[in-house]
Amino acid sequence: MNLKRIFSIIRKEFFQIKRDKRTIAIIIMMPIMELLLFGYAASTSVDHIPTAVYNNDIGIESRDLLDSFVNSQYFDLDYNATSMQEIEEYIDNGNAKAGIVIPPEYSKDLKNGKTAQIQLIVDGSDPTTAQTILSSAGGVVQSMSVEIIKETRGIEMPQVLDLRSRVWYNPNMSSINFNIPGLIGVILQTVTLMLTSFSIVRERERGTMEQLIVTPITKMELMVGKIVPYVIIGFVDIVLALALSVFWFRVPIAGSITLLLLFSVIFLFGSLGVGLVISTVSKSQLQAMQLSMFMIMPNILLSGYMFPIEAMPDIVGKISTVLPLTYFIKVLRGIILKGNGFGQLYQEFIILTSFGLGFLMIATVKFKKKIE
Amino acid sequence: MEYDIQIFSLTKKFGNITAVDNLEIQVKKNTIFGLVGPDGAGKTTTMRMLCSLLVPDSGTAQIGSYNILKENEKIKQDIGYMPQRFSLYGDLTVLENLEFYSEVYQISKKERKEKIESLLEFSNLTKHSYKLADQLSGGMKQKLALSCNLIHTPKYLLLDEPTIGVDPVARREFWKILFELREQGTTIFVSTPYMDEAERCDEVGLMNKGRIVKKDIPSNIINNFDKHILCVYSDENHIARNLALEEKYVMDAYMLGEGLHIVVDDLDYASEKLREKFNNKIIVSSIKETAPSLEDVFVNIIKSEKR
Repeated sequence: MNLKRIFSIIRKEFFQIKRDKRTIAIIIMMPIMELLLFGYAASTSVDHIPTAVYNNDIGIESRDLLDSFVNSQYFDLDYNATSMQEIEEYIDNGNAKAGIVIPPEYSKDLKNGKTAQIQLIVDGSDPTTAQTILSSAGGVVQSMSVEIIKETRGIEMPQVLDLRSRVWYNPNMSSINFNIPGLIGVILQTVTLMLTSFSIVRERERGTMEQLIVTPITKMELMVGKIVPYVIIGFVDIVLALALSVFWFRVPIAGSITLLLLFSVIFLFGSLGVGLVISTVSKSQLQAMQLSMFMIMPNILLSGYMFPIEAMPDIVGKISTVLPLTYFIKVLRGIILKGNGFGQLYQEFIILTSFGLGFLMIATVKFKKKIE
Repeated sequence: MEYDIQIFSLTKKFGNITAVDNLEIQVKKNTIFGLVGPDGAGKTTTMRMLCSLLVPDSGTAQIGSYNILKENEKIKQDIGYMPQRFSLYGDLTVLENLEFYSEVYQISKKERKEKIESLLEFSNLTKHSYKLADQLSGGMKQKLALSCNLIHTPKYLLLDEPTIGVDPVARREFWKILFELREQGTTIFVSTPYMDEAERCDEVGLMNKGRIVKKDIPSNIINNFDKHILCVYSDENHIARNLALEEKYVMDAYMLGEGLHIVVDDLDYASEKLREKFNNKIIVSSIKETAPSLEDVFVNIIKSEKR
C-alpha cells in the first residue's frame, strides 16, 4: 500500500465532491433537513392542552393550584367533571388530553403539614403530547411546592405535594429526547451508505474505472482511497447532527462525547462497507440507489428508531438483531440519554466492530480490478 | 526481429459467442500496428485482455518481458491504455487529471511539473489547463486522454479506436503525435475503423470474428490483391449496383466514397459487358479501373469470409 497514491485518490474524490452540488446537498442539507423535519414532527412544544378537572376540595389552596396550571399556558381547564367517570368520558372521547383530580382532603392536608396528593391522568395514545403533559404538570406542581414552602417558612416537610401520574393507553412513551439520538443514527447511515454506494458505480458507469484499473494502483489503495473521504464526511455529519441536537433541540449529551464519536466511526465503517458492497455488485447508479434504499428501509423501520423492538412480533424482532443500526441506536440512546460508559456498551462495540470488518471484507473480496 | 507484443492463441468467450478466437499477433518493436475490422470483430476484447482488464479463457500474450497472465500488475507500469470511451474525470480540470495520473503513477514531484508542462505543450492543451475535461472538444479530449497515458513514459501504448468521433483535422494531428512517439521508441498497438489511418500503420491486421484474417504491411496488402476494381460513376448508383450484381463475372459491387466499386477478374471483358448492360437504363458518366485501396481489399476479404 502506497500512502501517497491513496492520498491522491482521496484528493481527487474531494475535488469531485466539491464540484457536485447534489452530493454537497446530501452531505450538508440532508442531516439538517431530516433533523429539523423529523425533530419538529416529534416535537414536544405542545401547549394549551384541553384538560378536565375533578376538584373534590373546597379550599382556596386547590383553586391556587388550578390557577397555576392555567397560568403555565400548558393547560386549558376546559371541562369541569363531577365524577371520575366523567373524567374518563372526557378523555375517552378525545375532548380532553389530561385530567386533574384533586382529592377532598387536599387543603386540609396542606394546612396540617401533610403531603397532599394530586392525581394526573394522561392520554398516552399520543406519546409526545403525553410526555409534555407529564413534564409540564410536574413543573407546575414543583413550583407550587416551592411557593407553599416559602409561605409556611420553617416547617419541615419532606414533600409538600405528591403528583400521582397515570398514563393511559400507551405506557411506552417516546419524545424528542428519545427520537433525536435514533435520528442521528438513521441520518448517518443514509448519507454514508448512499454516497459510497455511488462512488465506485459512478466510476464504472462513466468509464473512468477502465482507465483507473490499468494503472499500477492496487485494489486496497483504491478501496481505502474511496472509503476515507466518506469517513471524513460521515464524521462531519455526525458532528453537525450532534451540534444541532444539542444547541437547537436542547437534547443534552449525558455521556462521553469521545465515546460517542468512537462508536460513530466504527458504525461508519460498517455502513461504508455495505455501501461498497452495493457499489461493487450494481451495474448502474440507479441500481445502487435501489439497493441502498432496500438496505436503508428495514434499518429505519426495524432498528427500534420508529417502533420499539419489544413491541415487534418475534420474527420481525429477530431481523432487527442483524441490523447494525439497531445496535448503534442503542449506543446513541445509551450515551446521550443515560450517560452509559464503555462498560455498559462493550457488547455493542463487539457487534458493531464485527459488522464493520465483515462488510469491509466482503467488499474487498467482491471488488475486482477487472471489468465485466 | 524483435517483437514487443506477442499474442499466443488468445481466446475469450462471452456465453456462446467467441469474441476472440485463437488469436495470434506479433508486433515488432518500435512500430505502429493497426488492428482493423468490423464492429464486433473482437478488437476491444483483445485490447482489454492485453492490459489485463479481462482474463482470457485460454492462450496468453507477452508484452515486452511481461506475461499478461503472470505479471498482470507489473505490466501496468509500462503500458498506456486508452479505452474507446473517454475515461478521464470530466469533472476535473485538464491539469487536475494530469496531476492525478502523475500521482497514481508515482512520478516524482520534480519530474512531474516538467512532464506535465511538456505534455500540455505536446498536445496543444496548455491554454486549456484550467478547463474541466468535460468542456473540451472531442479531439482535445482524446489528446488529453493520450497525455494522461504518456505521463509515465510507457514503452507500449494500446489505443482502442482513439480517434473515433474526432474531426479529420484533429485526427491528423493525433496521428502526428503517434508518429513522434514511435520516433521516441514507443511500440503502439492501435485499433481503428478508419482505413486512411490503417494505411499509416507499419503493419495492419484485419480482424474478423475474433481472428486475424490478413496481416501485412499496408502496401503489400494492396499490391497482393489479385482482382481488379472498376469504378462506376452514374446518376443511379443503386440501380447500377443491382444490375452489376446480376452478372456472373461480377464478384462484388459496393459503394465506396462517391463511386460504385465493382470487383472483377477480367477487366476488359467486364467493362465491355457492363457498358452494354447499363446502356439505355442509366446514365453512366464513367467506367474505369481504379487502384484498389486497403478498404477494397478488406471489404473483399470480409465478404469472402461470409460466403
